[in-house]
Amino acid sequence: MIELVSAERCVACDRCIRVCPTDVFERGADGVPVIARQDDCQTCFQCEANCPADALFVAPYTHPQPQDPAVRDERRLADAGLLGSYRAQIGWGRGRTPGALRAIGPALGPAAQATPITS
Amino acid sequence: MSAQQEFAADVLVVGGGPAATWAALDAARAGADVVLADKGYCGTSGSTAAGGTGVWYVDPEPALREAAMASREALGGHLADRRWMARVLDQTYVNMNELAESRSYPFPTGPDGRQLRTGLQGPEYMRRMRIRVRRAGVRILDHSPVTELLTAADGSVAGAAGQRRQAGHPFLVRAGAVVLATGGCAFLSKALGTNTNTGDGALYAAEVGAELSGMEFSNAYGIAPEHTSVTKTAFYSYASFSTGDGAALEGAASQGGRSVIARSLLAGEKVYCRLDRADEAARRAMRLAQPNFFLTFDRLGIDPFTDRFAVTLLAEGTVRGTGGIRIAGDDCRTTVPGLYAAGDAATREEICGGFTGGGSHNAAWAMSSGTWAGRGAAGYARALGPGAHRRVLAPAGRAGLRPTAAPGGRPGGDAREIVAAVQRQVLPYDKNYLRHGDGLTGALSVLDDTWARLRAGLRATGTDAVRARQAAALTANARWMYRSALARTESRGMARRLDHPGQDPAQHHRIASGGLDEVWTRPLARTATEAAA
Ligand SMILES: Cc1cc2nc3c(=O)[nH]c(=O)nc-3n(C[C@H](O)[C@H](O)[C@H](O)COP(=O)(O)OP(=O)(O)OC[C@H]3O[C@@H](n4cnc5c(N)ncnc54)[C@H](O)[C@@H]3O)c2cc1C
Repeated sequence: MIELVSAERCVACDRCIRVCPTDVFERGADGVPVIARQDDCQTCFQCEANCPADALFVAPYTHPQPQDPAVRDERRLADAGLLGSYRAQIGWGRGRTPGALRAIGPALGPAAQATPITS
Repeated sequence: MSAQQEFAADVLVVGGGPAATWAALDAARAGADVVLADKGYCGTSGSTAAGGTGVWYVDPEPALREAAMASREALGGHLADRRWMARVLDQTYVNMNELAESRSYPFPTGPDGRQLRTGLQGPEYMRRMRIRVRRAGVRILDHSPVTELLTAADGSVAGAAGQRRQAGHPFLVRAGAVVLATGGCAFLSKALGTNTNTGDGALYAAEVGAELSGMEFSNAYGIAPEHTSVTKTAFYSYASFSTGDGAALEGAASQGGRSVIARSLLAGEKVYCRLDRADEAARRAMRLAQPNFFLTFDRLGIDPFTDRFAVTLLAEGTVRGTGGIRIAGDDCRTTVPGLYAAGDAATREEICGGFTGGGSHNAAWAMSSGTWAGRGAAGYARALGPGAHRRVLAPAGRAGLRPTAAPGGRPGGDAREIVAAVQRQVLPYDKNYLRHGDGLTGALSVLDDTWARLRAGLRATGTDAVRARQAAALTANARWMYRSALARTESRGMARRLDHPGQDPAQHHRIASGGLDEVWTRPLARTATEAAA
């Protein structure tokens, strides 16, 4: 679930507010989006992928983690290379190559030969 | 209440995923003036945008096409239709080639120097589909969930109404024809990207008298690391599954062994997994092919190739099942004039029978049915002529909007409570995955009560109407699902019954369903081309 909107990094472009499929954000008084409806977050990572400032962090859990400050620890997340990591992997952002161009998957394993792949 | 915003269009497309965007694009290219209204944001919303899809893209070599058509026929219980399979293979080939040739998607180049056109990364595909739709002149309304259809005096569908939830006011679209491309129903399970898929289209279709089909094929469950959302399962073909003490879990597998995983989880035992059957080259390729598969692991600090991690199964309902609105013609019309259905909102039995459409078929169906429904709706609207927008419209929405009980009567509960009540009947593996007649009957009677209660008393206005309608849609979908599952007293495709484990030749037919206050099912006679399959 979305856990962090970094006020320091945010450029107040409103993109996350616009692109979130489940309408989780509201614009805050200072222009920085606030997580207004965290329960509605479906952990789809689309806000992160679309954030031009790498200011968001979606924790992998499907439930809020109020007891775990690590999911909102900006310094730690940045040091671990996690802020903006999805965006980098799909090759979005100036000067990057779309990840789709490199998306050549493995020949799927032995079990997959026998039965159809069901994604 | 804020003022209602009005639009007029030849074609209204409801939804914003692949089916909706192909429908909008092809309706516009057929000359229609198009409005597309999405609950979320067209480009990120729906299960493709978040997940990405393998696509049923097969070279038009007769032998390859034959093998492609034969591959899931038995798994689907021989309910698919060869004529439709051939049409979808043809149309998907055209649409995917168009994406490549118009440089609308950056396909990778394979080792043989040819582009690989068998897969689409979700964010890239849908971002670019949005651009194409806009360029075609379609008016896109984001964050504009449709809450009901509107009908003309003759019962045909003539528009829809909804809420612009970020702007905070209602809207209405007068249209010559409407395409429902709202996706399937995954019961708000939080399986990847599926929480906008609450089966709204099926509810709206049923309210104007359309039929559903194949709703018993609705118990797909996807594997995800415990407490997380990413139900991408292709790479679990490399998995070894084990129990808490590290012993191999006998019979567990991603394909053909998921029920073993479900049984262990039901018994309160954890199931662990490790993708240790992938070699170094495969591991590298997996990262490039599906970066989103690794999001969870990277964030949890797990190396899925060497570490054991606990897994769960999340319900994906009809998203990776195949049931949906019954299609009544090659242009994806429904049985109601002016109403078309595409993608997961429609049944995919035509090409999958009763087996999951995940992995390739659903994506192919979404783009093919989108193209056909868009063109069909454009043609229908054109034939209506300019009088279309002068028709007197009546709202068709009932449950959650217009309760039957007098004000002050028995309270209908609130939407959240109803959603939780439905989830208790449809998410548990022992009710929905490992189905038994007794369990189905019990669950259905609870769901029927839930429906009666909400139908009588639930009333929401403004943007609250969206949640109320979602709650109603989940309840209705669950009831068609279990009523259909009870009607099939055998095991066929994914509709397996513990109390009827065998396939019964006498039930070699599809099952239609429908109705709201009274839910019904009936067997459908097989067509000539189904019979050939
Ligand atoms: C994890 C995962 C992996 C998958 N992988 C594959 C694969 O590899 N191959 C494959 O073939 N299939 C795959 N599938 C299935 C595939 O994603 C779907 O079949 C496909 O997305 C269907 O497209 P659609 O346009 O019908 O629905 P969706 O993409 O789900 O889009 C539905 C749209 O309708 C909108 N909507 C819903 N209700 C309303 C409303 N009331 N008003 C307005 N708009 C509304 C939603 O916001 C959304 O934009 C996968 C599914 C999942 C969950």
